[in-house]
Amino acid sequence: MSKRLVETNQAEADDKNMARLSRRKFLGYASAATGLMVAASACNKEPVMVDNTVTSINGEVDLGTGDFGILNYAYALEQLEAAFYIKVVMSMYPGGSPMEAALIKDVRDHEIAHREFFKNALGGMAIPALDFDFSSINFSSRTSVLATSKAFEDLGVSAYNGAGRLLKSPDYLVLAGKIVSVEARHAAYFRELIMMNSFADDSVVDAMGLDVTRKPMEVLAIAGTYIKTKINASNLPTY
Amino acid sequence: MNLNNILGEIEKTDPEVYDRLDTRRKAMKEFANLGGKLALSAVPFALGSLFQKAYAGTTSTNDTVVEILNYALTLEFLEAEFYNTSLMKSNLFPDGDSIAAIQLIAKHENAHVVFLSNAIKASGGMPVAKPTFDFSAGSGSGNGPFKDVFTSFELFLNVAQTFEDTGVRAYKGRAAEIVGGGDLLTAALRIHSVEARHAAKIRIMRRAYGSGIGNVKPWITGKMSNINSAAVQPSYNGEDNTNQAGIDIVNINGFPITMDAATEAFDEGLTKAQVLAIVGPFIKP
Repeated sequence: MSKRLVETNQAEADDKNMARLSRRKFLGYASAATGLMVAASACNKEPVMVDNTVTSINGEVDLGTGDFGILNYAYALEQLEAAFYIKVVMSMYPGGSPMEAALIKDVRDHEIAHREFFKNALGGMAIPALDFDFSSINFSSRTSVLATSKAFEDLGVSAYNGAGRLLKSPDYLVLAGKIVSVEARHAAYFRELIMMNSFADDSVVDAMGLDVTRKPMEVLAIAGTYIKTKINASNLPTY
Repeated sequence: MNLNNILGEIEKTDPEVYDRLDTRRKAMKEFANLGGKLALSAVPFALGSLFQKAYAGTTSTNDTVVEILNYALTLEFLEAEFYNTSLMKSNLFPDGDSIAAIQLIAKHENAHVVFLSNAIKASGGMPVAKPTFDFSAGSGSGNGPFKDVFTSFELFLNVAQTFEDTGVRAYKGRAAEIVGGGDLLTAALRIHSVEARHAAKIRIMRRAYGSGIGNVKPWITGKMSNINSAAVQPSYNGEDNTNQAGIDIVNINGFPITMDAATEAFDEGLTKAQVLAIVGPFIKP
């Protein structure tokens, strides 16, 4: 069974939530389940996303715990970036060179590749597709799109830099490393389109020569402006 | 069979081989003791166990960390001196913008040298001495394939791109060894992404100054260097991987992701041996 949005009444919602709870417990996610139990008791008649995976209650998506939680966190950010560039390419702003348009298409494809990679790598543990709100962006303005691109790429770099230490699996760490340097290449590219020699200026690289880093909560607070779906990151590992 | 020659060869890819073996004398003696008692066919196995002892016995976690930091320091020494040297040349750069770009990159590489040296000391280790470099890639002869690197801007950018792309791959290649490494891992990741920003900028410069062969982009397509030199190819081999953790990225889940995009979307790591082979010609033995 794949993702399906259904209207349910209170009893049905509770039944489904309980079914999910037992599946999560079975998967060893006892602490996450405790959080869901509290949320479930406050459940009303909101639509519930029903699928075979980590799901939402009242539209809230729980990223989960451990390495899978961090991968879902990365998956959420890649969903955001991919959705943004898909929109950019669909209504390409005027004023850019043909090469610029071609390279932004490249970036879109890289982000889709990242998104789909995480989706497949997470399998049944993947969060559902998120909803976004890009109403603050003027897609017909080169300035607006490039500023947002730069912000998203720098944010992505800081997110991977900050989350790498939370991964327990060396394989996932290497994969995050394979992606973050591509995000950094994107960031440098957009920065150069906006201003010559801003590719790694002092706003992102400190006096020790170290790039920007952020904890998941800091990243999600910034990304939250564009993410409609409520994300629960409280079960992620921390430092 | 001449053990000195064998050790000499190994030293080319692992300068610390003698440290691992305690001393050359002890290694020779240990081997001589074995050699007298063994049939010739058994010698390779004996040699293997000798090195296995040398490489396996010394690695406590802290030793590994210090070794990785010194490896990174060596690469940062290479980059820092490369850019510092270039900035002293009066006729290399075509304009002020290119000088400003290299000044910023040099500032970061010099900062990385200081940061890593301090991190090594803080970890109870000894920072390696700065090697003597030969940026012509002539192993000290000064007469290698890049001997005009500080007079030809095109060649300079070629070598810069190779160093930056290699640097990105080098950090990535050793990340797994410091998984869960806390602040140190975070710092390594933060240096790693700065190198990637540099790589993208150098690639943009190559495009802008017309020195790139073909369609040079801020990211790496396939295993193409877009540089007219076979000497740099080892820095790009393996970048054409399109399978990540068993997942095929080309046309993933029905999305039209081309072979090129699939390779660009993920940068690949390099092993220590691969990196040392790449930088070997730039170091005077």
